[in-house]
Amino acid sequence: MNYNWNWSVFFDPAPDGTGTYLYTLIRGVYWTLGVSACAWIIALALGVLVGVFNTSGIRWVERLCTGYVELFRNVPLLVQIFLWYFVMPEVVPTALGDMIKSADPTWSTFWTAVIALGLFTSARVAEQIRAGIGSLAAGQNMAGTALGLTRTQVYRYVLLPMTGRIILPPLTSEILNLIKNTSVAFTIGLLEITGATRAMQEFTFQVFESFAAGTVLYLIINTLVVIAMRYVEKWARIPGFIGTDR
Amino acid sequence: MHGFDFEVIIRTLPYLFGIGMVFTIKLTVLSTIGALLLGTLLAMMRLSSNRLISGIAGTYVNFLRALPLILIIFWFYFLVPYIYGWIMGASGPISIGGFTSALITFTIFEAAYFCEIMRAGIQSIPRGQIGAGYALGLNYWQMMWHIVLPQAFRNMTPVILTQMIVLFQDTSLVYVLSLTDFLGAASNIAQRDGRLVEMFVFAAVVYFIISYTASRTVKYLQRRMAIVR
Repeated sequence: MNYNWNWSVFFDPAPDGTGTYLYTLIRGVYWTLGVSACAWIIALALGVLVGVFNTSGIRWVERLCTGYVELFRNVPLLVQIFLWYFVMPEVVPTALGDMIKSADPTWSTFWTAVIALGLFTSARVAEQIRAGIGSLAAGQNMAGTALGLTRTQVYRYVLLPMTGRIILPPLTSEILNLIKNTSVAFTIGLLEITGATRAMQEFTFQVFESFAAGTVLYLIINTLVVIAMRYVEKWARIPGFIGTDR
Repeated sequence: MHGFDFEVIIRTLPYLFGIGMVFTIKLTVLSTIGALLLGTLLAMMRLSSNRLISGIAGTYVNFLRALPLILIIFWFYFLVPYIYGWIMGASGPISIGGFTSALITFTIFEAAYFCEIMRAGIQSIPRGQIGAGYALGLNYWQMMWHIVLPQAFRNMTPVILTQMIVLFQDTSLVYVLSLTDFLGAASNIAQRDGRLVEMFVFAAVVYFIISYTASRTVKYLQRRMAIVR
């Protein structure tokens, strides 16, 4: 088999004139982490909101929340990204649409990816929050109420702190999923890790070196997140709970 | 936005469903079967008392689960022709076609996820049953095939079907290889006729209806099975 290995290709200058291919890949890491971090903020904020209201006991509010979750769960992420990127600027008022279309393409793809991934992930976080609150003993809610706390205070001081600590492990996998899912943003032209690897492969024809580099980068990020979250989980562990004893 | 053009959707329905959706369904069903078989084998390996065998399966699963599917799709799209050429003794890579490449990719990738499902399934069977199987004089494979796996499979059916819905949605990622799955077909029309809004909204609606109906059916099935058990 005649494949020409050339591992020094990483130090060749990239055609965009900003540095070597290695630098292209490193910038890819920045984009991946940047999108992930911003999307995670949206996902957590909306996820907690939807998850909490989904346990409110008010029929129509719960329906609305379930609808939200089902909507984002049953459409492929790639289609969602296309909807935000191609469809959204066309259906909003013309002035706003034109503003979006004339924005700097790098940043418009970035924010599109952040919004799409943030909302997609928020539906999954909402499900974790709902399940987490549901898993708490009913007595916690009652005890809070008996102490004279209002509904908001019960959530703020009793239910949510417990839930947050219980659902940390599944949230870790959601973070990992989110980081992996940022790769879908490459389809709208964001040069995150997968996009950078793909660009490098197309310019250099060194297919396997490029993808190997991308693979290693994802493995490193994945490992670092797992290690970091293990510390957080240890720190937030609730004494006396079986599920948290790992 | 000058009104939603339903005409373009109706006109291209035969292409969207006859070519695109057939591709998507075929890929989903075939790779589910392949991934379930490979995943079950991996689950058995992972539960092996042999450290080497369980280590290999564990590494396989953890490695693939740490990587995004799109990257794996690219890997195999370029790697498989080389491996195939090497097996056939050819001097260069042999092209294998988009569908085969996608099928191999999804089988190998999803096997990691099905492995975890089947592992949970196997672990849900009481240990005594394994002992009972051996006591009856069955060997490992007979015991697995006749006693453990049928029950594991049955217990895990809702989860397997849910994973199949995920897989169905994930097949849309073959878009990156410019294959004509349902989304690829919709995107082709969208670009040819300049009907991005109509085609992508329609694609989203179709994916939603199929996935939502399927997940409701799985929930119903789950309730039914819970009563029987």
